[in-house]
Amino acid sequence: MSAPPDFKQQPARARRASSGRYSFWRLVREGLKGQRGWSRAWAKAVPRPAYRVVIVGGGGHGLATAYYLATEYGITDVAVLERGPIGLGNVGRNTTIIRSNYFLPDNIRFYEYSLKLWEGLERRLNFNAMVSQRGTLNLFHSEAQRDLFTRRANQMRLLGVDNEPLSRQQLKERVPLVDLDNGRYPVLGGFLQPRGGTVRHDAVAWGYARGASEAGVDIVELCEVTGIRRDGARVTGVETSRGPIAAETVCLAVAGHSSQLAAMAGLTLPIESHVLQAFVTEAIKPLLDVVITYGAGHFYVSQSDKGGLVFGGAIDGYNTYGQRGTLPMTEEVASAAVTLLPGLARLKVLRQWGGVMDMTMDGSPIISATPLSGLVINGGWCYGGFKAIPAGGMTTAHLVARGTPHPLARHLDLARFADGRTRDERGVGPFPYLH
Amino acid sequence: MLRIPCPYCGERDETEFRYRGDASRARPPADAGLAAFAAYVYERANPRGWHVEWWLHVAGCRRLLKVVRHTESHQIHWVGAPQEPPSVPADASP
Amino acid sequence: MSAGPSRIAQGLLTDATRPVGFHFDGRALRGQAGDTLASALLANGQRLVGRSFKYHRPRGIVTAGPEEPCALVDVMGTAGREPNRLATTLALREGLVAVSQNRWPSLRWDLLAANDLLGRFLPAGFYYKTFMAPGWAWERIYEPLIRRAAGLGRLESVVGQHAASAETLHEHADVLVVGAGTAGLAAAHGLGRSGLRVLLTEQDVVLGGGSLLDPRWSAWRERVVASLAGMPTVRCLPRTTVLGAYGHGVFGAVETLSPAESALFGGLTERLRVIRVKRVVLATGAIERLIAFAGNDIPGVMLAGAALAYLRRYGVAVGRRPAFFVNSDAAYEALFALAAAGVEVAGVIDPRPASHAAERARALGIEVHAAAVVSAVAGRHAVRAVSVSALDSRKVRELSADCLAVSGGFTPATTLASQLGARLHWQNTIAGFVADLAPAAGRVAGAACGSVGLEAAARDGERTAQALAGELGRPLRDTPAMDLPADPEATALSALWEIPGNGKAFVDLQNDVTTADVRLSLREGYEHVEHMKRFTTHGMASDQGRIGGLLGSAVLASARGVPLAEVGQTKPRPFTQPVPFAALAGAEVREHYKPKRRLALHDWHERAGATFVALGLWLRPLVYSRPSGWEPVLAEARAVRRAVGITDVSTLGKIDVQGADAARFLDFIYANTFSTLPVGRARYGIMLREDGMLFDDGTTSRLSAGHFVVTTTTANAAAVLEHLEFHLQSSCAGLDVLLTDVGDEWAQFAVAGPRSREVVSAVVAGVDLSNEAFPFMAAAAARIAGVPGRLFRISFSGELAYELAVPARQAQTVWSAVLAAGAPFGITPYGLDALNTLRIEKGHITGAELNGNTSAADLGLERMLKKQGDFIGRALLERPGMRAGDRLQLVGVRPCDRSQPLANGTQLIERAAPAASLGYVTSATPSVELEGWVGLALLAGGRARIGARLLGVAPVRGATTEVEVVSPHMLDPESTRVRT
Repeated sequence: MSAPPDFKQQPARARRASSGRYSFWRLVREGLKGQRGWSRAWAKAVPRPAYRVVIVGGGGHGLATAYYLATEYGITDVAVLERGPIGLGNVGRNTTIIRSNYFLPDNIRFYEYSLKLWEGLERRLNFNAMVSQRGTLNLFHSEAQRDLFTRRANQMRLLGVDNEPLSRQQLKERVPLVDLDNGRYPVLGGFLQPRGGTVRHDAVAWGYARGASEAGVDIVELCEVTGIRRDGARVTGVETSRGPIAAETVCLAVAGHSSQLAAMAGLTLPIESHVLQAFVTEAIKPLLDVVITYGAGHFYVSQSDKGGLVFGGAIDGYNTYGQRGTLPMTEEVASAAVTLLPGLARLKVLRQWGGVMDMTMDGSPIISATPLSGLVINGGWCYGGFKAIPAGGMTTAHLVARGTPHPLARHLDLARFADGRTRDERGVGPFPYLH
Repeated sequence: MLRIPCPYCGERDETEFRYRGDASRARPPADAGLAAFAAYVYERANPRGWHVEWWLHVAGCRRLLKVVRHTESHQIHWVGAPQEPPSVPADASP
Repeated sequence: MSAGPSRIAQGLLTDATRPVGFHFDGRALRGQAGDTLASALLANGQRLVGRSFKYHRPRGIVTAGPEEPCALVDVMGTAGREPNRLATTLALREGLVAVSQNRWPSLRWDLLAANDLLGRFLPAGFYYKTFMAPGWAWERIYEPLIRRAAGLGRLESVVGQHAASAETLHEHADVLVVGAGTAGLAAAHGLGRSGLRVLLTEQDVVLGGGSLLDPRWSAWRERVVASLAGMPTVRCLPRTTVLGAYGHGVFGAVETLSPAESALFGGLTERLRVIRVKRVVLATGAIERLIAFAGNDIPGVMLAGAALAYLRRYGVAVGRRPAFFVNSDAAYEALFALAAAGVEVAGVIDPRPASHAAERARALGIEVHAAAVVSAVAGRHAVRAVSVSALDSRKVRELSADCLAVSGGFTPATTLASQLGARLHWQNTIAGFVADLAPAAGRVAGAACGSVGLEAAARDGERTAQALAGELGRPLRDTPAMDLPADPEATALSALWEIPGNGKAFVDLQNDVTTADVRLSLREGYEHVEHMKRFTTHGMASDQGRIGGLLGSAVLASARGVPLAEVGQTKPRPFTQPVPFAALAGAEVREHYKPKRRLALHDWHERAGATFVALGLWLRPLVYSRPSGWEPVLAEARAVRRAVGITDVSTLGKIDVQGADAARFLDFIYANTFSTLPVGRARYGIMLREDGMLFDDGTTSRLSAGHFVVTTTTANAAAVLEHLEFHLQSSCAGLDVLLTDVGDEWAQFAVAGPRSREVVSAVVAGVDLSNEAFPFMAAAAARIAGVPGRLFRISFSGELAYELAVPARQAQTVWSAVLAAGAPFGITPYGLDALNTLRIEKGHITGAELNGNTSAADLGLERMLKKQGDFIGRALLERPGMRAGDRLQLVGVRPCDRSQPLANGTQLIERAAPAASLGYVTSATPSVELEGWVGLALLAGGRARIGARLLGVAPVRGATTEVEVVSPHMLDPESTRVRT
């Protein structure tokens, strides 16, 4: 591992003009004036030639990292560079689920930290991201699966994280929609994490962007990074479509495309890009008040506040950068949905789309320094990136600001592969298409 | 959905095949050492562009195919036997 | 009723002699066969059909097709209540019961219409700015209120009414033609003449598209449709919507069966067609668009093309005194048709100063307000009047009308082309984006690529067919040009998007997005079209913004002061039309969700009273008893330990490996050595992944020098075969080895227990079974109950045991013979649960321990690793993390208080550090031979802790047990039983 970046203490930049505080009373006041008093949620910054920190990627993790750098670690000389408009990558294309039910203690601690940050996020950001802790429910269909979930629940409870078993009778009452005796893989029971739930995904990007911008971070949209500048083993900045930008630290937060950016610095990562599909149905009146994960097939479902049911499937299983779904996976998800929830048979699916995932060789993310000094990576999120945004941002900010890993993200380093310390939740090994 | 032209069976849906990942890497010789094996097992070029990859035709001839496919457009440029040198377009665009 | 819509003529699709009764909101109404619900409602004078999503404003029917944003109803059926059906495409059938949506207590008097008055406080994205405190209130107060208000229809299903209602069909053709308007018909006809295999899909119930609305085209249409029907290589699929383009010539389409066909096929409602073609012709037409002006959502405001369609198709006049607000000559067709049918036209408002169509209208005595726009609409539940503003003065005129037919021009349907990677470019003549499709994918033809007029589209279709036929090697020669009705001379349209004014002007009728919302999103910085869409929800409703999508972009462009071409449109995703889960799922649901693999002896196991468990695709006997609980399991296990039992292990993977290099190949695949295995012997083998973790285990036998039989675990059977095949064809290419999957060919039974030798001796001929002649790990060909088979002396239970392999079709013969031979010894069939109990006592591993994160060393198998030679997984075993002392290692655990149970998933901790898990119990069972419960566990630095005491905690059950750490080999550690 390289030496931690050498930071000179710099004064915080002046706070910029704010979009003002959001509140019910302001909404009423603006209503009387024709809603004309609102201003931009985040400033459209023009890039300066140099920053202390350049974050590549205006998605959830990049914006959260910038926000925490500015508000927790006092580093405001920060630019977030985004190729297009912010928030249109995976933070705007996921199935919006948050939870911390993991097998490995390190991962439970990390995701639980994220869940705790979610719980106070809206008041901190003064932006309603509709964090809805309606519970996430995992169904099991065999004794082997029950044993796995029991082990996970026990492990979580040891760490003070909520998770409880539900009997078939309890499931009947809680999710009457589920056909427990569905003919092929009957449901034997479930495990519920009551504090899991969903978040309005777009609002996460916008809320962090607004908070970061107000704290002095430059959010630069339509600025594509085309190269990474190196001086030997040290990264000194980036080349962009809007000119070169020097930086003491460059942080890549471009999950889905980490390999491309790392290649610009001459690094090869333990990552493959795969597409994960999601679906949304037409809006209907409330039907489902919990997130359900099917244990015998590839799908999970929740109902958004707008009324649409949001479904997710599995990855298509081969390297791809095409943000689109395929027909076989669509049929598979629909079959699983109708099997488990036969009442949904006549519900109509509106849209399908795909998100490009950084799939790592052990299924766990990477928050790490790199062999190049001045280059930090936040990536490899597999399917778990959205729920991890607050913790990912905080721990990446810590790594950038302090030069040492955050205690909760120490296990997510890049060297774990070569050292034989992989964090493989599913135990499928270095086959990203199987995670 | 991919339609892969299997040289032995004809053009078939992707669901007949099992993906086996990046075919541009060769297994290092037994004495190559830890670093070489770690790179072989874990590191991937993961190009956004032409990708040389393995597909095993499990629901057909059960032959292993080497396929050159574009990871964004999914266009398939070349399919051949495992030992054949693949034809990879120089231009990364689809 | 003095004003409003009514039936005035014979429609093209309706049959006045066949009345159809139906209910809407409890009222009994009558329509005609061939009607849609929408046309029947209009024929009954029903304008108000629903309430909008956010403001609960009264809404009527806006279109006559699948692009409808407002006329959504819930349909009540025997299987429950189906939400959000489009009245405009829902075929009317006798007894149909439809209910309007999103209103309470009634459609006319809706309490939440108060939202409309509060609208000024509920701008786009208002919910991002409030409802934040206190933290607990979101889930308990705000969210339930919002969720109840949101959503349009209500889904209710009747339990037990879930028969599979769809099927999946696979189609192969040369060319798919999407859309059967004049362009599609002409293209399909040309391609069909060339002899190419053509599939023509049309979302409408009949072929014809726009030609259905123009009587001049009837003869041509009928001729072409009849000709297509006679072409052997052409198939026409009406009622079929192409949902999405998936690349490589693959398309998904859904066919909605007519009520009559559905009845014929036992209630089947949809067919999913997976289509594979070489090329596609996208003749998807253009969709008429809305104009944004105050009150553009009042019931009675509809698209001009819809007014024409209701008249031609169903004989329904959409008003007694309709006014028209249009900006193209094409849109005048509705006006001419209604006037010709005797309907009094209130007038036409056209922003253009002059046009050919306006001249024709004037000649018919219709008042034309040229260079004018509609600035407002009066009325609440129906249009009463429209305000006409001249463009060149401040003059405003009030025009009395009961309906306003609007047309803002036609937007090419480019969704499928975009999905195929087409770039869009702006075309000024139609004020819309058209697609540039790569020729390798196909062509766009007709109005979909910007042509104007039925004749122009048909000619484009003809040309497209010519080009494609040539490209596909079947050039069309000596083609006479088709004789087509000429398009009327037309004046170009003048782009018109938004009329400034007071009051809500909508760009998205279903999601209630107004022009003010679009402007607000810009003020707040959501200025990119994708941000605007997400912030305002514009275009995200079930109609996907088909009539207002471009309009929203236009308002944004105008607010930003940039050309519309620069703002662009949001990226279209599949599906082109909402599609029920049932249609996508097809028949692979419930019982048939996944195929079932049954054992050769499945019927016997069933007759013997087995409880089956679904593991992967297999159904396997768990225990031969119905009531659950441990006693029946322990009885089976006890029989094995004390006498003899028999179990069906046929699900194990079996791979035949033959060839001169077979041993060498297996030496590379396995971490232990097989080249030293003598013929006639079996050996337990472990294979690793290249990262050094255990991948699979099993017994492999050498039948001759170049012939091995590999067995794998059930779970990994397919994966191991692929692993072997992959390596044989890549890193081991050139070796003389043949791999054959013989998993299904051989049934295999384990006969285990101290009396097993006596039982097996009774059925096996020609093999000396004495311990000396046929020792532990012996293997031989043998006749078993007269059947040629194989005999192995291997044991998973830890008892003296044999495995008998016989051809699967002889399984019953052999099984019965063994049972008969074993009867004197009390032979007992045992299931998976008992097998599990036996192997846990003995310390044998299964998937619970071989979990992908354990190495050979972790499981105490390090001595098996060969010291010489390369094998998969060897190199990375040397990594420091693989040798760390705190890795989880396999141990046995027993509760110190022998009366305490031990559950799988129990965590192991030290009393002093209650939060730090040291490991967990992987497998536990009440023991047959030992006192109390025994378990296997993976424990940090476990081998060094043998003899220690830990706490086993299971917080989910509130259980804590003190356990002692023991060797995993709890029973017969010297393995004397298997060797005697």
